[in-house]
Amino acid sequence: MTLKIVKSGLATTIQDMGRPGYFHLGIPEGGAMDRLSMRAANMLVGNPEGAAGLEAVFMGPEIEFTRDASVAVTGAEMPVMVDGEARGTWTAFTVKAGQILSFGFLQSGARIYIAVSGGITTEPDLGSRSTYPIGALGGVDGRAVQPGDELPVGDAPLVAEGRRVPAALRRGPANPAELRVLTGLYWYRLTDTAGQQFFEDTWTVAAEADRMGYRFKGGRPLEFVEREQPFGAGADPSNIVDGCYSYGSIQVPGGTEPIVLHRDAVSGGGYFTLGAIISADMDLIGQLQPNTQVKFVNVDMDTALAARAERKVTIQKIREELG
Amino acid sequence: MSDVQTPLPGTFYHRPSPNDAPYKAKGDAVAVGDVIGLIEVMKTFIEVKAEAAGTFGGYVTENEAAVTAGQVLATVDA
Repeated sequence: MTLKIVKSGLATTIQDMGRPGYFHLGIPEGGAMDRLSMRAANMLVGNPEGAAGLEAVFMGPEIEFTRDASVAVTGAEMPVMVDGEARGTWTAFTVKAGQILSFGFLQSGARIYIAVSGGITTEPDLGSRSTYPIGALGGVDGRAVQPGDELPVGDAPLVAEGRRVPAALRRGPANPAELRVLTGLYWYRLTDTAGQQFFEDTWTVAAEADRMGYRFKGGRPLEFVEREQPFGAGADPSNIVDGCYSYGSIQVPGGTEPIVLHRDAVSGGGYFTLGAIISADMDLIGQLQPNTQVKFVNVDMDTALAARAERKVTIQKIREELG
Repeated sequence: MSDVQTPLPGTFYHRPSPNDAPYKAKGDAVAVGDVIGLIEVMKTFIEVKAEAAGTFGGYVTENEAAVTAGQVLATVDA
């Protein structure tokens, strides 16, 4: 069976849990930006959690089904329709052969995840179907979906309609969103005042926010501890000789607008990184719209690990609920 | 009268570039598919097009304003 893409939305990409293991070669892990939502969508339709589905940002696609299938839409809140009739998010429903899945205007969050029973079965690259357009890996010939594409889907039995993830097990950003930060190797480059400001100020998501990184603006510029720049580092005080960038690391070019690197980001470069968003909060970034407000919250390693453990418990509870 | 809504969140522009005139002025004829503004999001500019024909009633959202999906940007009188 195939999914016929009638309208593609803004940037709708095939994603799974990504391709870990190649970051040292400069190839990002990729995969769904909101991993809990992608996993939950797959669980709802009876797929393995790492099956490939669609990630659609800000706008939903329009898809014609060529065979009956179970479908679930998770992540952002957006009206879901089958031949114009409303369906719920975070709930499994059936789409029959010939019917059209479409979407209304985004209500909250930023990205929806669409899972189809059997999963999308395009050819994997380096162990993943996730689309990485810059490297032309995964997806449909390495790109986002386009009208006219026919996406292959695996064979799988339908699941019962109405299976749902209870509201208490869904996660989305608060307003303002709170993103917890573990300060890092280069934190010492900021003055004490700058370090305080970073956590005191309210930041706003800038227009430059995508799968590579999210830029934030509106806080006061950060001042650096004066030093003679080492050989090989650029002249700007936010430059270093070069370093590795982790998933979630926060660079602040010129000290003005922090950028949080996300799933399709580069693996290294010459900007200092003041720290990293804790892994438990990375999904929330995938649900931030431009112009929304964010506070960065300073936490220690114990808190970060406790948050990671708590997130694992949430995912386990979803498994048990839908098991 | 019909509303022109943005399908996307982002920043709304009345003009193709800062030095150009707005796409439409009150009283202009509007055909289906006419561009009435741009939404900037994720480093790209997306054209917002009229879905009904008529006479341009005016912008109801300011130039360079932050918008959310579904927000009314302009009106078109039938």
